[in-house]
Formats: sequence, C-alpha cells, structure tokens
Amino acid sequence: MCLAIPGLIESIYVQDNINMAKVNFGGVKRATCLAYVPHAKAGDYVLVHVGFALSVINEQEAQSTLQVLKDIGELDEI
Amino acid sequence: MKYLDEYRDSTLAQQLSQRIHKATKHNWTIMEVCGGQTHSILQYGLEDLLPETIELLHGPGCPVCVTPLELIDKAVAIASRQDVIFCSFGDMLRVPGSQNDLLGVKAQGFDVRIVYSPLDCLAIAKNNPDKQVVFFAVGFETTAPANAMSVRQAKTLGLGNFSILTSHVTVPPVITSILQSVDNRVQAFLGPGHVCSVMGWKQYETISNHYKIPIVITGFEPTDLLEGILRCVLQLEAGEYKVENQYARAVEKEGNIAAQSIVEEVFDVSDRMWRGLGSIPKSGYKLSYDYADFDAERIFQLETISAEEPAVCISGQILRGLKKPHECPAFANMCTPETPLGATMVSSEGTCAAYYKYGRIGQTK
Ligand code: SF4
Repeated sequence: MCLAIPGLIESIYVQDNINMAKVNFGGVKRATCLAYVPHAKAGDYVLVHVGFALSVINEQEAQSTLQVLKDIGELDEI
Repeated sequence: MKYLDEYRDSTLAQQLSQRIHKATKHNWTIMEVCGGQTHSILQYGLEDLLPETIELLHGPGCPVCVTPLELIDKAVAIASRQDVIFCSFGDMLRVPGSQNDLLGVKAQGFDVRIVYSPLDCLAIAKNNPDKQVVFFAVGFETTAPANAMSVRQAKTLGLGNFSILTSHVTVPPVITSILQSVDNRVQAFLGPGHVCSVMGWKQYETISNHYKIPIVITGFEPTDLLEGILRCVLQLEAGEYKVENQYARAVEKEGNIAAQSIVEEVFDVSDRMWRGLGSIPKSGYKLSYDYADFDAERIFQLETISAEEPAVCISGQILRGLKKPHECPAFANMCTPETPLGATMVSSEGTCAAYYKYGRIGQTK
C-alpha cells in the first residue's frame, strides 16, 4: 500500500493551478502531481506514490549506497 | 528499471548475507515496520539468507490490514447508495466487512470505482455533479499528502459533491505502543522508508533515544533490506542505539516539508482504532475543522456500527511480533486470502497473507 516507485519526469504542465508531470515508469506513463517537489525538473527521477511525487531521487546518495554495497563485497574477498 | 534493478542484484545480496553472518554473534529479533517490506522479505526469501539467530518480526505497517471492520462497514453502507460514486484504491475492495465487501457492492450494480490517485476522484466529481463522490482515504503518512491534496483542491475548486471517508494512521504511535508492551520482543526496527520520505526521521530519534533501540530507516528492495538488517546487527552487537538512514536516495532528515504542511492544514491528529490492535492514542488523522464539510461520516450520518473480530484470530499478537501465522489454528484452513478472517490476511502485504502466498505455511521461524 505504501508502494512508491521511481520514475523519470518527461514533461511538466499545469492543471487546476498545480504542477503536474508526465512520468515514465519503465515505459508506462502516468500523470503525476509535483506539488510536493516544487524544484523537480524534466530529466529528474522522482519517487511516486498514488500519483504524487514524494521526493526527487538523490543521484549522489543512490550511487554512494551502491558503492557501500560493492565495498562490502570487496571486503569479503580480502 | 533505473533505481530498482541495481538494488535487486543477487551477487550483492549474497555478499550482504555473508557480512550479516560474520557480524552476528548473538540472537536478535528485528521488526520491519512496513507491510511493503514484509512483502519483499517473503517474496525474495530474504529470511533464508540470514543466520538462524536472527528473527524477523513483521510489524503493523499495512494500512489496509489495520483499517477497522467498522470503517469497512461504513464504506459498504455509503457505497450501497444510488446517489453515490464510491472511489477507492484497489486493495480495499476485497477487505471483508461484517456482511459484505466493496467488490460485493459493485457486483450488486452500485458505482464503485478503483482509482490510481485521489486526484482522479476530483475529475469524477466534476463530471458527475448530480452524484456524491466519496473517496476511501486510507493510508499511513506516505498517502496522507495525496489524500490531503484531493480535499484541498476540492475546496479550492468549489466541488461540493466530494468527500472522504478517513482512515489515516501513523507509525510512531504504534511502534511506541509495541515498545511499551510488557511482552515486547523487538530489539531493533527497520524504519519505514516511504513514510520517512514524507515525515523525515526526527520522531524516530526521540523513540530510539527513549527506548534505547536501533532504528534503521530502510528501503524496499532486497539489498536495501539486507543492508538495513546488517546495520541493525552492527548496532546491536556493539551495544549502540541510534537512527541510521539506509534509504538516503529518497529520505532526508527533515522529510518533505511542503507535504507535511498540507497534511497539517487538512488533518488534525486524533485517536484511532486499529484492526487487531484496538484504540491507540493520537495514532492517526481526522479532517480538521476547516475541512469538516468534506467528512463523509458527517455527510452520511452513519450511526456507529460496532463489529467484533472473530475470536480465533490472533492478528493483534502477530502485528506486535509476538506470534507467527502458523500459531493460529485458522491459518491456511478457515482463513485464507480468499476467505480472510482477520487483519493480517486481508491484504497481500499482511503477514498471514504473505506467509500463505509464499508457501511458508509450516514455517515456524
Ligand atoms: S490466519 Fe487469519 S485468523 Fe489467523 S491470525 Fe492470521 S488473519 Fe487472523
């Protein structure tokens, strides 16, 4: 129920005075409300739950999480 | 898909599993709060990657499961009216009320619709001015901003034929109530990543300090969950307790301030009933005074329908991590996902349903 998945903002438009976007989820496109991520722009990945973007995915943090995981693997090989 | 597949990498998962094995010297019980996490753990068989000495307890974080029977009955009553279009997220339709579920109401010919987003209901309300459009606003803090926005927009747009039936619950009060119970077994929590993307984690620092318990805010993919478990184990073995954020790609300490402020505007904190757990003080939201006109319970004047849970069901103890599904005599015979008797079987994220689906019927761990 609290499922939220990352999608790519393709384009932004305004509807009833709120910012909306067309967001691409691996090919499936959905209208998504951007009211809670006012700084999001086309090309950003956002975490979307029931048609609302809750956060812009932090690319740097995403990379560093993966790096930590990979380092754990290398530690084991020593 | 980007930001999903990389966190499902089986080599990384194996390496994390080895690290957890090496780090674990004692017996530990760790609770994942969120139903989505429970589902992933069972779907990917993550418990098989853990040492015998680590027990995962599956927590109360499935809003579908904990919505009280009484509210399902109210939803059924509202939906069974000719003048109503009743809108809901898909997973509420099969949740049984005392007599009927929403799917049954739909089958009787009433207008019950599944929506993807609460904003969809506003378009339906605009297009059907002669009908009352009611949305079943269920959820944790993750969903509250979306539901709050639908009400706020309805007010802005002057939509007089839209209202919500509110069943909003919040995580910190329920984990506090678990920690306060005398028979509590939880020694560390995997914190709910998506709830925290909205609320941040300051409230969790208060809980961690007060109860001296590690809390690791964790994502939903296999390597997220394993890393969250590893970080819990490292804290437990070192005798430490603090909040860590494993899900930094989506969660900031302050959370989403814009979302929090609309939730605060539209909702007030209130006591809430939890299916299986009973009433918990200040554990959810109701519509605030300024938005009371959008309260479906007021509009439809539903006299309180009280409903009893089947006595055999031990879902209250399962939600607190005290029992596992196999300890319930009804599990997988009287009670199945097709004929659910209690909270933890009604949604695919519920512990009983997830154990059933992934074949852990005889599972004793
Ligand atoms: S199997 Fe059914 S009756 Fe038993 S605890 Fe789970 S939900 Fe309740």
